[in-house]
Amino acid sequence: MPIATAAQTIGPYWHLIEYPEFADLTRFGAEGEKVVLTGLVIDGDGAPVTDGCIELWQASPAAGARFPGYGRSATDADGRFRFTTVKPGPVPGRGNTLQAPHFAINILARGILTRLYTRAYFEDEKLNGTDPLLTAIDDPARRATLLARPDGPGIWRMDIRLQGDGETVFIEV
Amino acid sequence: MTDVTPFRPAVAGSQPPNDSPEYGSTHKRHPKQALVAFAHTVTEATGPRFSPAQFPAIIDISTVDGHAAMGERIIVRGRVTDEDGRPVPDTMIEIWQANAAGRYHHPRDQHDAPLDAHFQGAGRVFTDADGWYQFTSIKPGAYPWRNHFNAWRPNHIHYSLFGSGFATRLITQMYFPGDPLLELDPVFNTVPDEHARKRLVAKFDLDVTRPEWALGYRFDVVLRGREATPMEE
Repeated sequence: MPIATAAQTIGPYWHLIEYPEFADLTRFGAEGEKVVLTGLVIDGDGAPVTDGCIELWQASPAAGARFPGYGRSATDADGRFRFTTVKPGPVPGRGNTLQAPHFAINILARGILTRLYTRAYFEDEKLNGTDPLLTAIDDPARRATLLARPDGPGIWRMDIRLQGDGETVFIEV
Repeated sequence: MTDVTPFRPAVAGSQPPNDSPEYGSTHKRHPKQALVAFAHTVTEATGPRFSPAQFPAIIDISTVDGHAAMGERIIVRGRVTDEDGRPVPDTMIEIWQANAAGRYHHPRDQHDAPLDAHFQGAGRVFTDADGWYQFTSIKPGAYPWRNHFNAWRPNHIHYSLFGSGFATRLITQMYFPGDPLLELDPVFNTVPDEHARKRLVAKFDLDVTRPEWALGYRFDVVLRGREATPMEE
């Protein structure tokens, strides 16, 4: 049986496939509550990651002709990514569980050989208390690294720390 | 409801680690805490679909406005399958690369090598119903980088693939056969298993080669397959 091809870093010059419009998932006219997800990507020295490629996927609302479900944002000179999208609803988990609204997030950059995978949840969601991923993380401080917080009207912020103090929870995928 | 079928975990040694002492950029960019294990849900088992109608294919990047780029013209052809040998149809592949002199059309690339007005270096192709793809380009040059003294990246083309789920997302690099820089390259050598490493090297292919026009290379990609049966809770 063949085995999956090895990953390699996206490198510092991936912007040749950067299309800034990819960061706006509402560009095809999606309906729903518009939200912005933004944040800083920080390395183990506390320095901003300024050459990163952040990707977003959401299973809700379902992707279609007017909603790609997928976004890609370059990090800027401050290490900031920014997506404009539609707020996801809850989606089924395994068994009879229900997952709180969330985004799937990939972090790709020079120095990252295999994409790092995490999720962004909304801090104020009641369903967070029973979400199967959040409840599997015992340490409240670690769990909090996956919670986006209000940062202005319709704007949610979740910073991503690759290493060290406040290191983001990354998920096996 | 029926649970989604998860994708299989990576085979040991087939994927690079997050931390690689020889590749300096990994030092401050890898998590030190263990990754959290979490069985795939609909979030990971589904993924984006791209159609050529919304994302037009760019299958020949060897010319700009009818002017040929400098360098050795190449055709790259290959097949995308999953770990069960099934073709992955209609999936988008993005490629990007340096020009023949080893310089990217990118403001941060300051390597003292010429830019080529007729080479941008980014393409986009879709696999057909049997998983086959093909594009035309020029052979990228090697270039220096500052990872260690006298460090040079081997000739390579970057690949971005999606497959059927967010879990199958793959960013990789295609290398060229016979390149003496491969054994010295810290990025290529992050893949622990020798066989897995060698599969990143394309094969020269006379059947892909077009007479009196371009050399042909074959590069196949395998994306993760799904578990045989839904995982039990």
